[in-house]
Amino acid sequence: MTAHTEQTEARPAGTRPRLADLAVGDEIGTRTIEFDRSRLVRYAGASGDLNRIHWDQAFAEGVGLPGVIAHGMLTMGSVVGLVTEWAGDPGAVVDYATRFSRPVPVPADGVATVEVSGKIGAVDADAGTVRVDLTVTFEGAKVLMKTQAVVRLDA
Amino acid sequence: MANPDFQGREYPATAPYSVGREKIREFADAVGAADPAHHDLVAARGLGYPDLVAPPTFAVVIAQRAEGQYVSDPEAGIDFSRVVHADERFTHHRPIVAGDELVTVLHVDSVTSRGPLSMVTTRCEIFAAGATAPGELVATVTSTLAVRGEDA
Repeated sequence: MTAHTEQTEARPAGTRPRLADLAVGDEIGTRTIEFDRSRLVRYAGASGDLNRIHWDQAFAEGVGLPGVIAHGMLTMGSVVGLVTEWAGDPGAVVDYATRFSRPVPVPADGVATVEVSGKIGAVDADAGTVRVDLTVTFEGAKVLMKTQAVVRLDA
Repeated sequence: MANPDFQGREYPATAPYSVGREKIREFADAVGAADPAHHDLVAARGLGYPDLVAPPTFAVVIAQRAEGQYVSDPEAGIDFSRVVHADERFTHHRPIVAGDELVTVLHVDSVTSRGPLSMVTTRCEIFAAGATAPGELVATVTSTLAVRGEDA
């Protein structure tokens, strides 16, 4: 899973979105992201967040959770991929914020499926940035709120 | 309950964190970030960066180490098994790239309690390491935790 692409060519600048072509309400796309337990363990190791609620069923239930839940930071870190790939430059995200509203339980077998969609929430021509507002849901309910990425783009 | 005396506290700069290429690749794989600028030097340089670019939330790896100075201090009164992450914000003054040596200054901006629930907000200012003092400001990571009391 998540083997990185072998693409080595830099993308031509003309394929990146330009500020002048964008308006509030424009949609940037959608994505479906699947989390399984091995993904949580991988994120725990990569991030250094070893909290047991993300890999130990009995511990998670003991602190009142429905079971093992995804790291909020894994969800936040995964859904922004929709923005960086649309922007064509992951370094163009100058500000990224969210509020965590509901946990995402991840079953021992199978996957939890998170849906993300994005649209332009603001255009700031003076600053050379747009704000992308993400909607992030699991089983139809929002798991992140006020998820906003400010992206620097060429005029 | 979180100790209100910690509000306003500022910690000394941490030891430098060395941003490695393989750490960026590992973190990018963990969040499913397939953009070649995280993985391939030619692609990163093609976008004008000196080395592999970190994903937008990579700074949490650095911030979390710094936050440990506060949240694992017994005097702070934060029971980590009762913590829920409430808010997170990353502000990038410039992208983090492989080869960066970064030091972090942790601030405890706010500690409030209402009944059995405490809210604590920390701010990590991440700087390029300088010879004698922190240099250029690279990123700011603001995090709010909700801490449930025993009867919450």
